[in-house]
Amino acid sequence: MRLIIRSDYNEVSEYISTYVKNRINEFKPTKERPFVLGLPTGSSPIGLYKNLVKYHKNGELSFKHVVTFNMDEYVGLPRDHPESYHSFMWHHLFKHIDIEPRNVNILDGNAENLSEECARFEKKIKDIGGVELFIGGIGPDGHIAFNEPGSSLMSRTRVKTLAYDTILANSRFFDNDINKVPRMALTVGVGTVMDSREVAVIITGAHKALALAKCIEEGVNHMFTVSAIQLHSKALIVCDEDATLELHVKTVKYFKSIEHVINNLIGAENVGLQGNVKKYPSPEVTPTREAFYNLPFNR
Amino acid sequence: MPFQSSEKTRQNRNSRLIKIVNGRIVRNHTIINDDVLYIHDGKIIDPQNHFFACGNPPDVVINAKGLLIAPGYIDVQINGAFGVDFSVWKGDKQMKEGLDKIAKGLVKYGWNKDNGAEVLGVHVEGPFITSSQLGAHEESCLRAAPNGINDFVDIYGLHELKDNPIKIITVAPDVEGVLDSLEELVNFGITVSIGHSSATVFQAESAIEKGAKCITHLFNAMQQFHHRDPGIVGLLGTTRITRPFYGIICDGIHVHPNSIKIAYDSHPKGAILVTDAMAALGLPPGEYTLGGISVRKSGNEKVEVVENGKLAGSVISIDACVKNFKKFTGCSVIEAIEAATLHPAELLGIQNFKGTLNVGADADFVFLDDDLNVVKCFIAGEEISTS
Repeated sequence: MRLIIRSDYNEVSEYISTYVKNRINEFKPTKERPFVLGLPTGSSPIGLYKNLVKYHKNGELSFKHVVTFNMDEYVGLPRDHPESYHSFMWHHLFKHIDIEPRNVNILDGNAENLSEECARFEKKIKDIGGVELFIGGIGPDGHIAFNEPGSSLMSRTRVKTLAYDTILANSRFFDNDINKVPRMALTVGVGTVMDSREVAVIITGAHKALALAKCIEEGVNHMFTVSAIQLHSKALIVCDEDATLELHVKTVKYFKSIEHVINNLIGAENVGLQGNVKKYPSPEVTPTREAFYNLPFNR
Repeated sequence: MPFQSSEKTRQNRNSRLIKIVNGRIVRNHTIINDDVLYIHDGKIIDPQNHFFACGNPPDVVINAKGLLIAPGYIDVQINGAFGVDFSVWKGDKQMKEGLDKIAKGLVKYGWNKDNGAEVLGVHVEGPFITSSQLGAHEESCLRAAPNGINDFVDIYGLHELKDNPIKIITVAPDVEGVLDSLEELVNFGITVSIGHSSATVFQAESAIEKGAKCITHLFNAMQQFHHRDPGIVGLLGTTRITRPFYGIICDGIHVHPNSIKIAYDSHPKGAILVTDAMAALGLPPGEYTLGGISVRKSGNEKVEVVENGKLAGSVISIDACVKNFKKFTGCSVIEAIEAATLHPAELLGIQNFKGTLNVGADADFVFLDDDLNVVKCFIAGEEISTS
C-alpha cells in the first residue's frame, strides 16, 4: 500500500487528479481497449472532479475512451432529483467532459427488480474486463461505498439498508425532513471494489482520522471495511495532514520517508507511475545515517 | 396574410444534438457560469435527462468562450427597416419579400428564424387613437368605436383579430367606445396596449382594470406628466391595480435618459424595450416615406415628419436599446437583457418558449460580450451569419 500525505484538501485533490490523468494517458485507451474507472460521490472527490474538468478543458485529458462505473445510488429517488447520485455526477463531472453517455454506468435505483439490476451491473464489469482503477472515499466509520460496518468483505453489488446515522446525516440534503431521505441504496460490494486492478482511496479531514488509523494500522476487520485494502496488491491512499492525526508518528514518518527516498535519492524521474523503479542510480547518492536523521520529517 | 408557421420550420431541421459549453447563461434572473445548453430539434432540452436516457453524445460542441448567452431579443413595436415600410400595403408578395429582407437584416442586431428574425405577429398601432396625440399617422385614418366591438371587427376583420396575425393593438382609452370594447378585445386573445392618447389617469387605470396590459412607448404621444393630473404616465404610480408593462424607446431622442431612469426606478419589472424603428433603419440619412408621409432621417439618427417636425419613429436597433437602457438607468446586465426578452415574452404570454433559455424554449439566442454587443446569433440552435 502506498500512503501519500499532503498538507490539505487542495493538495490531495491535486495529487489524485494528476495521478488519474497520468494513468489514463499512459494507458492510451482506445475504443477496443477503454480505460475502466470506478468513481465515488460525496465531498471527497469534488476537488478531484474539478481538476479533471480543468485538465479536459486545457486539452490535457480526454474521456472519449473512458468507461466509468459509479459505486452507488439511492433506491427510489427519481434520477433527476437534485440529490441523486446521477445528478451529482452530471453536475460535477459528466456535463463538462467528452465522455460518451453509453460509457457511463450508474446503478438504477428505480429498476423494477433491484437484485437483477445489481447482477446486471456486476456482469457488465466482468464483461468489459474488470475495473482498471477504482477510486473511493471513506466514511467516518471506515466504510467504503455503502458497505457499512458489518458488511462482508467478500460482498458483491447489492441492495443495502442505510444505517440510521447515515439517514440522519443525509436529512440536511432533503429539507431536514427525515421522511424524505431514501432508506436504501444499491452499492458495489467490498469484493467488487477489491477485484479492481488498483484501488485508490481519498481520505481528508480530522473526522476521518480514526477511520484511517483503524483501516491501516490494525487488522482487516469488517467493522472498518476499507481495511480490506490491506489485502489488495495495488492500493493507494491519498490523505491530508489532518487525517493522519490518529496514526502513530512512526507510520507517518515511514511513509513520508519513502516519498523522500524516491524524490531525492532515487529521483522521481526514475520511478514509474505505479511505484516501479525504472532505473536505479549509483550508490554514491545514499546518505549517511547522520544525514538521514537530519531530514525534516525525522527531526 | 399568410405567415409561415415556425413550428414546421423547426422540425424540418436535421436533428443534430448541439451542446454549448463555456457560456454564461442568463436564466432565472441570474447568470449561471458552469452549466451547459443542449439543443435538439430547435428546442432547448434538459441535458441531464438526455445524457442518461439517450446514450448519444452531442453531434456538435460549440465553445462560447466565456460570452454571455441570452435569449434572442423580441421587439413588440417595429414599423420597418432597410427601406421596407410595413405601414403601407403593397400586396402579399411585396409584404413577404419585405419581411424576408428585414428578417435577414435584423439578425445582426440580435432579433431571432430559419432565414432570420422570426415574426411573432402584428402590432396594430391605431386607428382607434386620439387625433391630438398623432404620431406619423394620417388623421383621416383615425376612428372612434360608437358601435363597440363591431367597429373593431369591421376595421381589422374577425379572423385577423381572433387567430392571426394580430397580437397587439394600441388603443386610446379616451376615444369613444374603446373602454367599452376592451374586455371583448382581450377575450379575443389580443394584447391591448394603451397609447397615442390624452387619457386621464382614471381612464388609463380603467383600461388596465379591463385587461389592457401595456403602455405604448411611454412618454411619447400621451399627456405630459403633471403632478395633479399624471395621465397615462401616472400608471407607474398606481397602487390600486397591478401596474402594466410599458414600452419605452431608448434611442436617447424620443425620451430623455433621465426620464427613462425615472420610469425604471419606479417600475423596473415593467420595462419593455421597443425600437419603434421605421424603414430608414439601416439606411443612410435622407428622405423616406412612412405610411405615405414624408419623413427625414438626419445625421444624428433623428427621424422627423417633413411637414411639422414631429418625431416619426426611430432608426435604432434593439441591441443598441439594450445597451442604452443599461447606461441610462444603471441597471444590471440581467435586467437590461430581460427588458428585451423575458418582459416582452410575458406581455405576449409566450414566456414558456420565447424570451427564455429554460428547458422547452425555442433555441433562439445570442452570444453577447460584457458590453452587451451581439457577437453571434443562433436560431433553432444553428448559427446565423450576421454579416
